Amino acid sequence: MTMLSDTQTRSKESESDFGFWLYLMSDAILFGLIFATFVVMSPNLAGGPGGRDLFDLANLTLQTGLLLASSLTIALAHHTAANGRSIAATVFWMVLTALLGAGFLVLELRELAQFVSAGAGPQRSGYLSAFFTLVGTHGLHVAAGLIWIGTLIVQFMLRPASPAVLSRLARLTLFWHFLDIVWIGVFSLVYLPELI
Amino acid sequence: MMRDHATIFTGFALAVLLTAIPFACVAGAWLSRDATLWLIGLCAIAQIAVHLHFFLGIGRRHRERAGSLAFTMVVAFIMVGGTIWVMANLNWRMGY
Repeated sequence: MTMLSDTQTRSKESESDFGFWLYLMSDAILFGLIFATFVVMSPNLAGGPGGRDLFDLANLTLQTGLLLASSLTIALAHHTAANGRSIAATVFWMVLTALLGAGFLVLELRELAQFVSAGAGPQRSGYLSAFFTLVGTHGLHVAAGLIWIGTLIVQFMLRPASPAVLSRLARLTLFWHFLDIVWIGVFSLVYLPELI
Repeated sequence: MMRDHATIFTGFALAVLLTAIPFACVAGAWLSRDATLWLIGLCAIAQIAVHLHFFLGIGRRHRERAGSLAFTMVVAFIMVGGTIWVMANLNWRMGY
């Protein structure tokens, strides 16, 4: 029921984890450069609306709360599975994570759609191009994470005891925490300074 | 195994606190603009450290992750810092 029994599987496991970790590090550099682009582009409003006119603190607080809560639920999903507790509990935490992530994405898409319909789409100014690139790239990552959670939920129900499935959940957990770290950068650098 | 549970909840509690502080200061507008900006920056750095330590295992185990993270930070610092430096300098030379 529980984990890897032999050393060989364990070392293969930790190698895949490290390989995935290196992907996350390259993704961190990608996000770092998009942040740098944003910083360079942010004064270029071209007479269009800035963050001060567009952002809504209530929406941002809700989005941040959902993503932060999902960080807890994915950690609990992995913890439950790694300790060989019930599959039902693992699946429960994963479903909850998916719902919180989906809630985050819905709020984000709604906000971006409002901006576009108010004439503040990515083509309006350099500032908005950089904003949509940064927030959109993060949103795409969250969407990819949601697909991943969905497939893993199915795998857990089909092959609950498999070490391979558990190891995939370990990597999903890393990915999800990484996305939350990127979001800390987004709300601290992009949103909050405009809302002071 | 209970220790793992405690780690998760400690990390989460610290993350909530470090999120609530900057949001509350922005909503309440208690401090000057500059002080609020500093507070946002410091809380963000602290919260990233909390996530790395409590959720991603940096500094608890996984030495190989810490090493590659340090390398990533050096590369990111050169590329991000260099980009901002070069572009700010260009901006200044163009006389804006």
